[in-house]
Amino acid sequence: MRRLNPSLVAGGVIVGIIVLMALVSFIWTPYDATFVDPSIRLAKPSWEHWFGTDKFGRDVLSQIMVGSRTTLFVGVVAVGVAAVIGVPLGILAAMVRRWPSEFIMRANDLVLAFPALLLAIMFGAVFGASTLTAMIAIGIASVPSFARVIRSGALQVMRTEYVLAARAAGRQPWPIAVRHVLPNVTSLITVQASVSFAIAVLAEAALSFLGFGTPPPTPSWGRMLQESQEFLFSAPRLAIFPGVAIAIAVLGFNLLGDGLRDRFDPKLEDRR
Amino acid sequence: MILRLIERTGVLLVSLAVSSVLVFAFMAVLPGDPARVALGVNASEQAVAELRQQFGLDRPLTTQYVDWLGGLLHGDLGTSYVSKAEIGPQVFDRLQVTLLLVLAGMVIALLIAVPAGTLMAARHRKVSGLALSAVSQIGVAVPAFLAGILLIMLFAVKLGWLPANGWTPPAQDPAMFLQQLILPALALGLVQGAVLTRYVRSAVLDVLREDYLRTARAKGLRPFQALWRHGLRNAAVPVVTVLGLQLATLLIGAVVVERVFVIPGLGSLLLDGVSNRDLLLVQDVVMVLVIAVLLVNFLVDLLYVALDPRLRVGSR
Repeated sequence: MRRLNPSLVAGGVIVGIIVLMALVSFIWTPYDATFVDPSIRLAKPSWEHWFGTDKFGRDVLSQIMVGSRTTLFVGVVAVGVAAVIGVPLGILAAMVRRWPSEFIMRANDLVLAFPALLLAIMFGAVFGASTLTAMIAIGIASVPSFARVIRSGALQVMRTEYVLAARAAGRQPWPIAVRHVLPNVTSLITVQASVSFAIAVLAEAALSFLGFGTPPPTPSWGRMLQESQEFLFSAPRLAIFPGVAIAIAVLGFNLLGDGLRDRFDPKLEDRR
Repeated sequence: MILRLIERTGVLLVSLAVSSVLVFAFMAVLPGDPARVALGVNASEQAVAELRQQFGLDRPLTTQYVDWLGGLLHGDLGTSYVSKAEIGPQVFDRLQVTLLLVLAGMVIALLIAVPAGTLMAARHRKVSGLALSAVSQIGVAVPAFLAGILLIMLFAVKLGWLPANGWTPPAQDPAMFLQQLILPALALGLVQGAVLTRYVRSAVLDVLREDYLRTARAKGLRPFQALWRHGLRNAAVPVVTVLGLQLATLLIGAVVVERVFVIPGLGSLLLDGVSNRDLLLVQDVVMVLVIAVLLVNFLVDLLYVALDPRLRVGSR
């Protein structure tokens, strides 16, 4: 029997817990995450408020739970945007002739010069900061890594005998891409999606921290951190809880990505 | 080698040109015009028209672009629509601050990554190696701004050893400069160090499998001697590439860290520009950052070839 892959299990469990927390927050949170109660502002953790309350008297645990929705939502949309653009581009670059392929990859490299944070700040300057601009910016910035990984995978598939046979049988490029190449790069897509998700979580947190992400009152871990900064001396826990949440989420998606990679390519296992 | 240099220079120039068009075009598609944005919604039509004329915003976009690009090439970044101050000197002053911060972060990252990564590779089947791997995995998951906040909590709030924020130019007070530099540089360096550690480990692991290392061991060198004399230089090739790519990440990561530590760098200038709706300033800072990223990538590419003679023949 195959040995259980610890990264995959740990990553899967962490991601599972975050997803569960987000789902539960739709039907139940200890308190209304946006309910302001000045009489209990900056309350310490207690039986009533497990993680305490913030400067407006809002329950921190409820905010963390609802914040996981923001994190997952931004991640899903950003990774979706990146995959929907990046995967076809990568496959196309592997299938076309040298010059068009070179052109696609050069354009790809150019996008790399605009990191997610910079793009999102530009989008924020022009269209105003919102969750949507943050998601699109992070998505676009993640396109090059998808295109690159998928292209190299697709190039290998293009050299296999079944693709040669399909071409010899006169099959058109489009059916070959859909029926042969795409199914054979799905493992790469899954791994890349997990890794990109971790990057998206980091980027979203950084953007919310700077005020370019999800606007208030929707809870977001990055903004909770930013709001905690004025209380580092008096109430450091306000920074600890969202900070740990961000780190655990990123860790989970990174581990999941590593685990999936090992699973799909067992030769690599002892390298990581 | 020379062919490669020409090719890469060509690619760099084209990338610079295209990205300048992208940045300019992006700011030009702005809903509403920059003069109106700078003056606010309550400004009179006449005031807006005057500002447009004063800064040449009433000219065709192509003329404005050529003008802006020409200025850029001469180091003239134009005049802010909002503060009416020259943008160039501000940007170059702030760039120095950011570069100092990034370089300090990079040094810290290297000081952590090279020994830790080598140790992890050398002991990759032992408990100590696995423990270090776990620590680096956690380090990768902590964003630099969070590391910054945690460092402030520990060293400024709890222990009171270092200032929580601020910036003093090195020429003005070197001791204060160093004190204030430590925490932000650590915030950047610790996280990048964790990322880099994983690459160093993987590169050293590859080298450990090479025949020449086995030969070195057979000659009677101890494992660490063999690694030191023959292994590390070979492991440097992939690490340098990552280092270069990270320099770009650090530059952008500094934007957030500057905010945490209230450092007057390029990142703060950019964010101030956005909040003041100073669009030309934003456009200039973004362009400077993009130029920096492209230049770093170009240099890494050259360094890569210089380090590994095998790459001088044939292309990728």
